[in-house]
Amino acid sequence: MSQPEVLTQAFELGFTYTRSTGPVVGRFLTELRDRRIFGIKGSDGRVIVPPMEYDPVTAEELSEFVEVGQQGEIVSFAWVKEPRAAHPFDRPFAWAMIKLDGADVAMIHCVAAQSEGELATGARVQAVWADETRGFITDIRCFELAQEN
Amino acid sequence: MSEEREMITGIEAPIYLQYKFTAGSAPARFLSQVKKGVLTGQRCPGCQNVYCPPRGSCAACGLPTEEEVVLSDKATVQSFTIVAIPIPNNPIQPPYIIANLVPDGSNISFIHLMSECVNEEVHIGQRVQALWKPEEEWDYAMDNIRYFKPIDEPDVPVDRIGTMPVTGWEG
Repeated sequence: MSQPEVLTQAFELGFTYTRSTGPVVGRFLTELRDRRIFGIKGSDGRVIVPPMEYDPVTAEELSEFVEVGQQGEIVSFAWVKEPRAAHPFDRPFAWAMIKLDGADVAMIHCVAAQSEGELATGARVQAVWADETRGFITDIRCFELAQEN
Repeated sequence: MSEEREMITGIEAPIYLQYKFTAGSAPARFLSQVKKGVLTGQRCPGCQNVYCPPRGSCAACGLPTEEEVVLSDKATVQSFTIVAIPIPNNPIQPPYIIANLVPDGSNISFIHLMSECVNEEVHIGQRVQALWKPEEEWDYAMDNIRYFKPIDEPDVPVDRIGTMPVTGWEG
């Protein structure tokens, strides 16, 4: 019987999805394009960012959009020592839960910093916008530590 | 300018999965033979079924399939579908036929293209033969066979499909 060679090949499987955003996420992304961050008010008065389509308590449809601040505080974070190809940076950075001013829940985004030691729970951060916005979550390029006033 | 202000209604959200595929010993042996223009299968020492392409074991008996068997490039249509919808990045334009074909000498089918046929006249039990690319283009790939085309042989009855000897079908 013939001795098999070891045959190896690169293979890429692509799912080229397009997604409909609906009126709520669509509004959020539309506002991002204009460099504004919007949440939505729930039945209990909480401001939810990014906005949800249905109330987490009553399941009613939500529609009361509220603009929130472009600064907030880090609720928790994870420092990425070795970024991978799909990550937003090719140098170490943090994924963080960030509670924006005026919001009642935290939103996940990336935080640029020189080192892990610069970051802490409760640290104030500020949104940094992409040079060109297009209506996508990456219109916020990242957050970075807010300048002291 | 006014288009710039339109509400966002959709986003592109593609997912790309990058694999490094290693064929494994049975498919590697199979592909090494395909590179030489030969279709092979592997026979189960238990049920005697011949698998093409071989996976290295018999799914029914759970036994390793060591014995390599040379197959014919003539085959029988076990089932087929007429593809009418274009597939992104696929250069083949619809309508075209994808068929499960059982090569003579094998007991299970593989999937390949059919061409040089009238799509509406393709049928189960139809006899076909491989049309190979020029030898200098052969690689470790089943598309060394461009497609299968009908040949002038009588149909194989449904209950005989998958039982043809490598010597072929006399009708």
